Amino acid sequence: MSAAEGAHPGLNLTHPHAKAQEETETALFGFWVFLMSDAVIFALLFATYGVMLHATVGGPTPADVYEIGPALLETAILLTSSFTFGLASVAMKHDAPRRRLLGWMAVTLVLGLAFLALEVRDFLTMVAQGATPMRSGYLSSFFALVPLHGLHVAAGCLWLVVMMVQVVVFGLDARVRINTLRLGLFWHFLDIVWIGLFSVVYLQGLIR
Amino acid sequence: MTASNPQAAREIRTYAIGYLLAVLLTGAAFGAVHWRVASAPTVFGIVLGLGLMQMIVHFRFFLHITLGKSSRADLQLILFSTLIIVLMVSGTLVILFNLHHRMM
Repeated sequence: MSAAEGAHPGLNLTHPHAKAQEETETALFGFWVFLMSDAVIFALLFATYGVMLHATVGGPTPADVYEIGPALLETAILLTSSFTFGLASVAMKHDAPRRRLLGWMAVTLVLGLAFLALEVRDFLTMVAQGATPMRSGYLSSFFALVPLHGLHVAAGCLWLVVMMVQVVVFGLDARVRINTLRLGLFWHFLDIVWIGLFSVVYLQGLIR
Repeated sequence: MTASNPQAAREIRTYAIGYLLAVLLTGAAFGAVHWRVASAPTVFGIVLGLGLMQMIVHFRFFLHITLGKSSRADLQLILFSTLIIVLMVSGTLVILFNLHHRMM
């Protein structure tokens, strides 16, 4: 098994024969290319945000609208969900009882939804304070960047539900396994983007 | 998943180490801002440094990207994407801040 370790990003499964191994590597490398191009989109929105940061035209400034408490809680929730998805991957790899895999996926889903709920509450609080995307260039770039990540998390949650249904209906065949590995890459990738978000957006805005 | 499977135990330990390191780095970044340990630009530098370290931790322990030979293609793709990102982001910032400066 040691030969196949690290053949593709994410947890490497043990494959019964070489062909399945090769198919998985190709499938995951393709998805990895997509994730890296997605990273470029986020990076450019970060650059736009950096340029627009001082374009507040007398409206709310970052220090007015960000709160450190919710940002820390959202970070903790998303980070924990990455860990629980890792446990789900290990459960799938070693053919643990089906309910253990589904259990960890369900925990990840609940954490993802909790993250989204907190984030939407943050946005609504900001809008209630008059910090809408139309107010200034700074807020336009904020609402282009942060909700795009939220949209990705929402897509990830939907994908998690679909995968849980597929695990129940089809069992763990080769296709379901590859798609679960892809979802794992996507989920861990979103957590990496969030590191950039809480560092550059929230913490930078809160430094006084 | 059980103690009878040493490989699964090792993999869970990898995720647990990654999680622990990520929690420590996140806590340090939020702590540095909350208690304002230095002047504002220094704190921002610390936050960026910790964030970069945390990204490396995530790549290593959650996405299992190593310096091993078999994962070179993935690592090369990360490094190439990083190059593109650095060029485009730093180019955007330099040009637009320069323009902003000249418009003052």
